[in-house]
Amino acid sequence: MKEYKLALSDEVLMQVEKPARYIGNEVNSVNKAGDERVAIRFAMCFPDVYEIGMSHLGIQILYDMLNGWEDVWCERVYSPWLDLDRIMRKEHIPLFGLESQDPIKDFDFLGITLQYEMCYTNILQLLELAGLPLYATERTAEQPIVIGGGPCSYNPEPIADFFDLFYIGEGETRYRELLDLYKAHKEKGLDRDAFLREAASIPGMYVPKFYRTEYKDDGTIASFSPVYEELPKTISKEMVKDVSNTYYPMKPVVPFIKVTQDRVVLEIQRGCIRGCRFCQAGQLYRPVRERDVEVMKRYAMEMLKNTGHEEISLSSLSSSDYTDLKELVYFLIEECKKRSINISLPSLRIDAFSLDVMSKVQDIKKSSLTFAPEAGSQRLRDVINKGLSEETILKGSALAFQGGWSRVKLYFMLGLPTETEEDIRGIADLSNKIAATYFEVVPKEERKNGSVQIVASSSFFIPKPFTPFQWSPMNTREEFIDKAQTVKKAVREQINQKRIKYNWHEADVSMIEGLLARGDRKLSKVIEKVYRKGALFESWSEHFHYDLWLEALKECGLSLDFYTTRERSLEEIFPWDFLDCGVTKAFLIREWKQALEEKESPNCKQKCLGCGAARYGVGVCVEEKAAKAAE
Amino acid sequence: MRVRIKFSKHGVVKFIGHLDIMRYFQKAIRRSGIDIAYSSGFSPHQIMSFAAPLGVGYCSNGEYMDIEVNSHQGSDQMLTALNEVMVEGIEVLSVVALPDHAGNAMASVAAAGYTIEWKEGYEPLADLEKTVEAFLNRDTIPVVKQTKKSELSLDLKPGIYELTAKENCLYFLVDASSSGNIKPTLLLEALYRFAGQEFDPLAVQITREETYTALIDGERRTLVPLDAVGEKF
Ligand code: SF4
Repeated sequence: MKEYKLALSDEVLMQVEKPARYIGNEVNSVNKAGDERVAIRFAMCFPDVYEIGMSHLGIQILYDMLNGWEDVWCERVYSPWLDLDRIMRKEHIPLFGLESQDPIKDFDFLGITLQYEMCYTNILQLLELAGLPLYATERTAEQPIVIGGGPCSYNPEPIADFFDLFYIGEGETRYRELLDLYKAHKEKGLDRDAFLREAASIPGMYVPKFYRTEYKDDGTIASFSPVYEELPKTISKEMVKDVSNTYYPMKPVVPFIKVTQDRVVLEIQRGCIRGCRFCQAGQLYRPVRERDVEVMKRYAMEMLKNTGHEEISLSSLSSSDYTDLKELVYFLIEECKKRSINISLPSLRIDAFSLDVMSKVQDIKKSSLTFAPEAGSQRLRDVINKGLSEETILKGSALAFQGGWSRVKLYFMLGLPTETEEDIRGIADLSNKIAATYFEVVPKEERKNGSVQIVASSSFFIPKPFTPFQWSPMNTREEFIDKAQTVKKAVREQINQKRIKYNWHEADVSMIEGLLARGDRKLSKVIEKVYRKGALFESWSEHFHYDLWLEALKECGLSLDFYTTRERSLEEIFPWDFLDCGVTKAFLIREWKQALEEKESPNCKQKCLGCGAARYGVGVCVEEKAAKAAE
Repeated sequence: MRVRIKFSKHGVVKFIGHLDIMRYFQKAIRRSGIDIAYSSGFSPHQIMSFAAPLGVGYCSNGEYMDIEVNSHQGSDQMLTALNEVMVEGIEVLSVVALPDHAGNAMASVAAAGYTIEWKEGYEPLADLEKTVEAFLNRDTIPVVKQTKKSELSLDLKPGIYELTAKENCLYFLVDASSSGNIKPTLLLEALYRFAGQEFDPLAVQITREETYTALIDGERRTLVPLDAVGEKF
């Protein structure tokens, strides 16, 4: 009667919530069962639940690229949700790939994508459920090579002990080389260390166990160096030079169940010209590389046809800066209208163009304007280099209010370097001014939708590696909470306080993100302990337990303050200093000093700041600058 | 034009719930290029309705949905176009045009036929044939149905049109109308209770064989498959 192959029995699947998470077989998923050309089995793992992992474009790109090679079969793996986790442990069911349903412990590679720090305990879940040792040094020749990649690999040290290899940078460039090397080693019988040692010489590859850290008495790093002469002292990120001419999934996998990003995603550019000083992505993906608009149009149409999705969205760090945005958006509006497809807009700079587009694709009554001033005062916005002035915000709001909009969302950060009480209260002030603008520009008789509604949200600032703020101390948990209270009180004092709603993120989880973001290798033990205490799915606030982290730190004799609130000197060697993300430390120091002097810097289209990324010779670095053109 | 589509559901897709099957077909229809009609408004949706929801874990040889199309290239082309974009386990079996007077798929459902097989590792009900005979020989088949708020006592007998046992399999044809729907598990629970045993839903594989509508001709009521009221085009 049973004519199919599943790793989980009917009994198990009927017991768990959303069994469709675990059965594979989705439209456009790739099944190479029985294909004799397959020489490498690759498990692409996203350490979070299916609905989150399936929404990630990067994985789809790599899945498509790897399966495009006839000798590779790449399958997907997501974290089994807590209900299945319990059953798998009890019944000793090994973790499996969705496509083949085979145990991944027999695969050649386990690729784990590192998108946010709070998934670190889920990495250990994947390894343990797979039946593999948590620590790389304990793995044997038969076990898969565990490779990490993604934004958090720019400071891989806190999880370094769990990985055999990290791939630093964009995944499109070096996998072929790595897999060929692996094949050659496998043919003569795999010696793990011999393979890893050679792999470590491929650009972008970091094999943590071949690098040693020495510490000073104060706990900071004294030295960091390879144990073998031939290995590079610095590892440079990998980057795609021609983004219009590379891998892109024309047939992304279409999930059966509703996932977070249930639509076609068009990545129009990589990188960002803006250089906000708190933003890590803005530095990591330099220089900006735009994709050709004609290519984007073709991709959009083809992907819609191949998936049947009813929605498309654009993805990039700052879509308003894409040169051909108008052309692309008007093209999509026209084509999507014919096909009854929705367009989900990225957040755009508010101007006549974006308001026109918004009015065409959204219901004005239901949609809202979004601004991310990030700081409440102009002074602090200069410090963080957020080139968004109060005037721009108020003018944009006025324009939108006159066009019929009445909802505004504002995003801020608390705890930024140099922040004062005045900056903090500025959040309430700015919110109030926007509300006042509404009453100014919209006459009484036209105030239909129950007047203006402003939602201001704040998150807590976490200093990240490879940003000019990597030297900045982080606030304490108590400071964060006090600051949020200050905003809350200040909002209540405003004339338009009834029209303003204020939300803030939890401080606890920010502290731990701060710990892991700038952490060192000593934290592997802490992460393991937290995991052993039962932590999982910590990016879900209901599953995050602050006290487990404090306990584990204490047991390991480490201090949270050392990693978060401590003042760092310009001379300190950071755990991630051996990586080269394209921008130089000298540039970051310059920007840090500019910040402390409350000085803005121009963006890459206006003027080159000499960040170091020009060495790639592509993208915005080779375009003529506005400042020059004006001369 | 209104079109009725019949499909089957087997294998791993039996774990896809009803709402997700609806979403699956919305996307499949876009992929197939069928010129389906949309509602108007800011987020237009396809004009589509399903007959009877199928529980998670059930297989089927007789699922139905109705769609409205603006134009077409004949039923054969539509059937081929759909099957080209199906996943393994879902197959489109027939495509017919509905006459104007035909009710929509959901309202048309009168009955459904189910096969019950015991899964590997589970024992079928002992003395199946005899038990079934005795079960049916009673004047009433009382059951207690748990609803959200209360318990409801009812008699299953009038809703059971057919019940046969054969080689460790059960087949039954029961009322599936919105007012008198008999869930297969309700019937199985009653049968087990009658045999003095407890029913384990995990022990059986339920397959819906067909979904029927009733044709009324004076006093006579005949059950025909839902696609029998339409015609190829
Ligand atoms: S080198 Fe200049 S133009 Fe290129 S990314 Fe850096 S600052 Fe921008």
